[in-house]
Amino acid sequence: MKKWYEKSGAEGDVIVSTRIRLARNRKEYPFPAKLNPEQRQKVEHAVQEAVMDCLSTMPQKFHFIEMADLSQMEAVSLVERHLVSPEFISDRRGRGLILTEDESISIMINEEDHLRIQVMQEGLDLQKAYDLADRLDSLLNGKLNFAFDERLGYLTQCPTNLGTGMRASLMLHLPALQESGTMNRYAANLSKLGIAIRGIYGEGSKPTGAFYQLSNQVTLGLSEREAIANLKSIAMQLVGQERAAREAMVKNIETQDVISRSIGILQNAKLLSNEEFMKLISNIRLGISAGLIANISYDVVNSLIVEVQPATIMLPGGEKLTPAQRDVLRAKITSERLATQ
Amino acid sequence: MLCQNCGKNTATTHVKTIINGELKEYSLCADCAQKMGYGSLFSGLGWNIGNLLGGFFGDTPAASLNTVRCPGCGSSFEDIAQSGKVGCAECYHTFYDKLLPSIQRIHGNTKHCGKQPSGAALQVKPAEQLQVKPETELERKRRLLKEAIEVQNFEEAAKLRDEIREMEGGKQ
Repeated sequence: MKKWYEKSGAEGDVIVSTRIRLARNRKEYPFPAKLNPEQRQKVEHAVQEAVMDCLSTMPQKFHFIEMADLSQMEAVSLVERHLVSPEFISDRRGRGLILTEDESISIMINEEDHLRIQVMQEGLDLQKAYDLADRLDSLLNGKLNFAFDERLGYLTQCPTNLGTGMRASLMLHLPALQESGTMNRYAANLSKLGIAIRGIYGEGSKPTGAFYQLSNQVTLGLSEREAIANLKSIAMQLVGQERAAREAMVKNIETQDVISRSIGILQNAKLLSNEEFMKLISNIRLGISAGLIANISYDVVNSLIVEVQPATIMLPGGEKLTPAQRDVLRAKITSERLATQ
Repeated sequence: MLCQNCGKNTATTHVKTIINGELKEYSLCADCAQKMGYGSLFSGLGWNIGNLLGGFFGDTPAASLNTVRCPGCGSSFEDIAQSGKVGCAECYHTFYDKLLPSIQRIHGNTKHCGKQPSGAALQVKPAEQLQVKPETELERKRRLLKEAIEVQNFEEAAKLRDEIREMEGGKQ
């Protein structure tokens, strides 16, 4: 079965994936930060049991992962696959994860809230992701009875999530807008509209590969429907601007040269650091959208990006590799996946 | 601690992230956090300032015996302000008035208008829940006395009255 991150969807040239996340808590227990490790374990088991029981009626098959049982490599790989947050793996005691086979539905137990229900979809598909998350939430509420207040909505550990408890996010690939140096200005303007944009890979203000996450910040006073509509309308404006900027950019022979060289390196290199890989694969995505690269699809690129991340790349072998060994393996896998007949 | 991005301002936002397969934590000032998209996590709460003051003045405000604590989890408002984290669902009722200005600042709004859990209208508010304690024997007899008087069963009422007197006397 293909995982959601091995596919591409609507507006796939710019929008890589969609995520809906709902924060929910049980009334009976203090929020996770107030629990000591033993209490956290008790809450984890109680929530796990109730959730697994509720989900037995769903068509998807769910399995439970005890976070403390994972190796550090496996835990980091979950973050690289966008299934859990870095916060979630920083202290894994008393934390659990419920996951479907295609990894499109995940439920974090005892992250910042007792439950974080997450649905991921390829491309732009906010409605489908929300509908599924909403259904799961209603189903779980029957048994778990989530903390809710008429005025403040769903009650969460951090007041930034009060109300709907919903964070909708889109992963965007914005190489042309990043190149034009306008991203900081966008970020400042978007924050005034209650929308945040930040780099996904790499450190701080210079995201490697120009992958960004766009998400709603306001959760109180707006319905789920309104928050999603706002996010979608802003995303589509960014998509339009990115496409226009790309069109101008790829007419330039220098850009075309960069794209052609990138494919040459990725198909032939013997050593590839993660940073170099991300920079070059971003050029490949740009090349595909401009029609300069045929025979390579977005699916292959999306899937490869996850496959060669530093921890995920070590998973199939199960052994810890040095960064240099990983660079050899990354180059090998990349040249295989991008080989064109 | 200074911001790890600009190295100029005091860091107020702590971010956990994965860099090259390793879990990294870094500290940013409000400006850099905003620029990098982490801003709305805590800036705007105005609580970071409380946090700093807490550091300067020690725990004097929290040490007071009159500190109001949440009956659900024992948190004081100072605990919440310092950590930026609310202790439990009940805290929102206990400290509603104190939390409201921050909530207003974060969301620009304080009224939920999204999904309602099914049957939400029938849900009992925690304050009302407290009243539904199991009835004591004395309370049961008082209720029966009242009912007996209502149906003019004076014989039963007199018996109950005596029993109640005895119980109340026994307590003193």
